[in-house]
Amino acid sequence: MADIMMWEALVRAHDEEMANDPMVIAMGEDIGVVGGTYKATLGLYDKYGEQRVIDTPISENGYTGLGIGASFLGVRPIIEIMSVNFAWLAMDQIFNTAAKVRYMSGGQLEAPVVIRSPGGTAHQLGSQHSARMEKVFMGVAGLRVVTPSSPRQAYGLLKSAVRCNDPVFINEHELMYNMKGDVPAEEYFHPLEGSEIAREGRDVTLFGYNISVHWCLKAAGLLSKHHGIEAEVIDLFALSPLDREGIRNSVNKTHRAVIVEEAEPAVGVAAEVMAIINEECFFELDAAPVRVSALNVPIPYNHAMEKAALPDENDVVDAVRKMFGV
Amino acid sequence: MKNADKKRVLREMLFARRFEERCYEAYVERKIGGFLHLYPGEEACAIGVLEAAKVGHDYVITSYRDHIHAIKSGADPKKVMAELYARETGVSKGRGGSMHIFDIANRFMGGYALVGGPFPLAAGIAKGIQMQGGDEICICFLGDAANNQGTFHESLNMAKIWNLPVLYVCENNLYGIGTRIDRSTAVIDQYKRVSGYNIPSAQEDGQDVDLVYKAANKAIRHVRAGKGPYFLELMTYRYRGHSMSDSNAYRAKTEERMWSGRDPVIMLRDRLIEAGQLTHDEFKEMDTEILDEIEDEIIRYAAESPEPPASEVGRYVLAENDPWVKGGVQ
Repeated sequence: MADIMMWEALVRAHDEEMANDPMVIAMGEDIGVVGGTYKATLGLYDKYGEQRVIDTPISENGYTGLGIGASFLGVRPIIEIMSVNFAWLAMDQIFNTAAKVRYMSGGQLEAPVVIRSPGGTAHQLGSQHSARMEKVFMGVAGLRVVTPSSPRQAYGLLKSAVRCNDPVFINEHELMYNMKGDVPAEEYFHPLEGSEIAREGRDVTLFGYNISVHWCLKAAGLLSKHHGIEAEVIDLFALSPLDREGIRNSVNKTHRAVIVEEAEPAVGVAAEVMAIINEECFFELDAAPVRVSALNVPIPYNHAMEKAALPDENDVVDAVRKMFGV
Repeated sequence: MKNADKKRVLREMLFARRFEERCYEAYVERKIGGFLHLYPGEEACAIGVLEAAKVGHDYVITSYRDHIHAIKSGADPKKVMAELYARETGVSKGRGGSMHIFDIANRFMGGYALVGGPFPLAAGIAKGIQMQGGDEICICFLGDAANNQGTFHESLNMAKIWNLPVLYVCENNLYGIGTRIDRSTAVIDQYKRVSGYNIPSAQEDGQDVDLVYKAANKAIRHVRAGKGPYFLELMTYRYRGHSMSDSNAYRAKTEERMWSGRDPVIMLRDRLIEAGQLTHDEFKEMDTEILDEIEDEIIRYAAESPEPPASEVGRYVLAENDPWVKGGVQ
């Protein structure tokens, strides 16, 4: 095991997959000569050359569509969209082509592309650089959506996504590229479906994904220390499809659920998890499930306002205390 | 085009005309559902260009007006009609419909329903060809109105900077759905628009299949030689509306008459008769044969084919039993 940063884990995954298969390419804005805004492709341009590590024009829909077209011929593109806010521009090709081409061709054609993009809010990036779009991607059939909460997941999810024959959207986080964590020294492929128990507990389940897993873990520590409440934390690294079984198993055990997301609440991950809880284990519940979400506002530039718009571990603690009346 | 091939090309164009007219009838009879975009009037474009290509070897991609491009690429007309009839035996197993004809075995990479959507896909297919190192090219057919999408500009730019083997064929039928080109587009001659990307281009009469073939030959030679993308504009006209839901009331009768006087099938027929290579009777016989084939073989096959079982509605959404979903075989 080695402690490395998430960007280093991503470089390693790219490098191993490109070495393994000459049809694997990386493409995106500033990913080649510059090495990527978040360094996820650092050094690959020198190693694999400009035919396989491609600096694209700032044409998100165009280069995403180009990657999808190349994938029809067996190329396996890893497309980086520099910020998830720009991925709105590529929605046409992602949704209308990648997600549907297998279906509408009667299974003749597939689009095994990987689209990686950092989302989430960072430090005062303002309304147009703070989108949290995972809920948009997970609402469309034909697309897999995964989201890493650690360098290990970032590495293993990217490797499996490259090999999988479905289009996979990987929702990363602007603030997490320098996060350190253990990544196995040997090659590792992370499953693209399922969930992980990030902390065992018996009293309440906190569901998180990506950055909100860390808020849940901090909140669980505070709840244990100050209130004697032992929270289980479930890491939903796969957002589409969601892990119905994992959700059911944990709620059947704790009988309480709080779902934590960085995004606005409407039509979101938490709403979907709550629906699954309703469908799978309603009669196991001792309390109505609660969601902790951002406010339904565009993200402001002002720091105090930005903080007010977003949830954190304290909001999670407050939600659990309210649920328990303590 | 060799004289020996011309009679066959005439037959293919007449077949295309009759096939599409029969689709119209089937739509009116409600045998075909959804949206239906027909090709009469434009036959010389797809057939002339693909006559110059290596079908089955070169990749072809197009919009939702795709039946004839698929058939000329090698798709079985019976299976195309079965697709329109939403049958399991259809090229896309009844899941696609008129706008989504796919025949990957013949490298017909599909019909797509978003105007301008195939521009970057074609560039990507060309990127795949480049990586594989073969001498195939990708031919992308789209209408003039697609050129007002961002994907037109984004794709031409990328195709040029990466020297991709892609031929863009613009079937300029002068209307984007119901809006005439001069009311929607700042530059009427589409071939001039690509000069901003330093891509060679040409404009040709899209009603004369001999001229289309000649222009396509030149374009394809350029692309196959590794000289990068090429843009060919063909001036043409669709006799019917944009789709079956189009009343077609926006065009002047005089304009329609003018274009029907330059019918691509009739032009080639008359040329062959004048040259003594065809008689009126032979043409009539050819037409009867085609009509019989469409009725007795194609429509019959489609009508008698089974529909896909509704229980299979969940198939083809994702890959089946992909081991990497579980992190591989470990």
